Amino acid sequence: MGIIEVSHLTKYYGKARGIVDVSFSEEEGEIFGFIGPNGAGKSTTIRLLLSLIHPTSGSAKVFGKDVTTHGPEIRREIGYLPSEVFYYEGMKVIDLLKYSASFYAGDHTKRLHELSEIMELELNRRISDLSYGNKKKVGIVQGLLHSPKLLFLDEPTSGLDPLMQRKFFDLIRAENARGVTVFFSSHILGEVQRLCTRVGIIREGKIAEISDIRTLQQNNYKKVGVTAAGVSPAAFDLPGVTNVQTENGTVRFFFKGDINAVLRKISGIQVTDVTIEEPTLEEIFMHYYE
Amino acid sequence: MNANIYRREFRNRLKSVLIWSLGLTFLIVFFFSLFPVFADQAALMNEFMARYPQELRAAFGMNNMDLATVLGFYSFIFMFVQLCLAIQASNYGFGLVSIEESELTADFLLSKPVSRSQVLTSKLLAALTSLTLTNLVVWVCSFVAIALFRGARAYEPRTLLLLLLSIVIFQLFFLSVGLVISLLVKRVRSVTPYGLGLGFGMYVLSAFSGVFGEVVLELVTPFKHLDAPSIIQHGAYDTPLVLLNVAVTVVALAVSYWRYIRRDIPAVS
Repeated sequence: MGIIEVSHLTKYYGKARGIVDVSFSEEEGEIFGFIGPNGAGKSTTIRLLLSLIHPTSGSAKVFGKDVTTHGPEIRREIGYLPSEVFYYEGMKVIDLLKYSASFYAGDHTKRLHELSEIMELELNRRISDLSYGNKKKVGIVQGLLHSPKLLFLDEPTSGLDPLMQRKFFDLIRAENARGVTVFFSSHILGEVQRLCTRVGIIREGKIAEISDIRTLQQNNYKKVGVTAAGVSPAAFDLPGVTNVQTENGTVRFFFKGDINAVLRKISGIQVTDVTIEEPTLEEIFMHYYE
Repeated sequence: MNANIYRREFRNRLKSVLIWSLGLTFLIVFFFSLFPVFADQAALMNEFMARYPQELRAAFGMNNMDLATVLGFYSFIFMFVQLCLAIQASNYGFGLVSIEESELTADFLLSKPVSRSQVLTSKLLAALTSLTLTNLVVWVCSFVAIALFRGARAYEPRTLLLLLLSIVIFQLFFLSVGLVISLLVKRVRSVTPYGLGLGFGMYVLSAFSGVFGEVVLELVTPFKHLDAPSIIQHGAYDTPLVLLNVAVTVVALAVSYWRYIRRDIPAVS
């Protein structure tokens, strides 16, 4: 049985679309990536699972319990890091964290200090004096301090500098190694690829694809650009090549398949520049859209 | 009920309680200190009042008010006390859950393992505690001011008690009506205009009903349900009106719970 089981979940805000007929499940110990552009319904899905909002139709279970009827019970084992963090402005960081901890059974003081140290969080500052990145750190400590079994991370890395992002990823991996299940929403494909084992792609409120991260990458297009004197598109007449464009002596195309085939072709040309890139998320979506 | 939420809510409102209490203390003690002057010049005073148009006196509820007696004079002040208490309670009611939503901290609170009804109950009890503190201050100030300035003039303590006991019913009305309105409108951006509107609006309605002798308005406003001059005059509540008041409070609370439990917490945007 999955830790999260979502079945035909639909949410409309009045007439505005939230998500439509979303179904997926996440197994215990997984890091599930949930990717999609802004407004696709990522946050809506998480907010439904936390029962901050109520479904229009369909149902969702967390830990095998229905989210609309067993909310408080479920939330005992959940840590949540929202995409935009807002806390009581007048409070000190330490007071907010203690307030947060007070909702969970047991003493979490030790973990609170451990996490603050890792994230280099100054505990005696006022929330209102914190920068966006620092508020995000408060959010991370707040979401983890009660050692939850399931973590909801909604675009967790926005506002964190690269060093902190790395510390944060290490932290999440360590939690995951202890058996914590992670639901990771993001619009940055790279970070999902680094962390997740399985991904769901959501687009305009609907699930476009759910697959293993490996399969996704294997099936994925590479963006290739070759700059050389007198290069012509005909030189890359290979199966798997699409969207060929030529401009100012550069040939650009998408390639899907064994990249060695392209490399062999390139090695026969005197090139001035070569780029092989991951497609952007938008381009992947174009692929799922076609 | 959740003790953590209760404590935080209560502490958060302490400053506001202190300010309202100081204001009310000043209002009661200062105005009642003028009582000896009024009482000594009673004949002159009543003649002076009689010169005002009857409608104006009615607007201030002064038609059946004898400013020469301890409780008559006190009831005049009490109407302004009521106005302050109404605005305070309305503010607390309107802000109870809406502040959390406009400052976007609702996500934090409601993703904790507490049910919506626990949250609302804790918040309501905390607000009620704050209002009761203010209420106590009014009690103490009233007794002290009367003891200090009444001189040799006697009054009926039982009637005063009856008047003071009405405060809690009065506060609950504005707290719960403010709350239910905040949950029925789409979004409360700022609490103060709503709070002032409800508190002051009800007061104005009561004044109008005095001028026009309109019975319908009596049914609407708590300033009439718990009309100070009338309680002093009869030494009793107008039972049907008080029951109506309590009924509105109960319905408002019930609807509030119903709405809040089903509410979609607005997201950031």
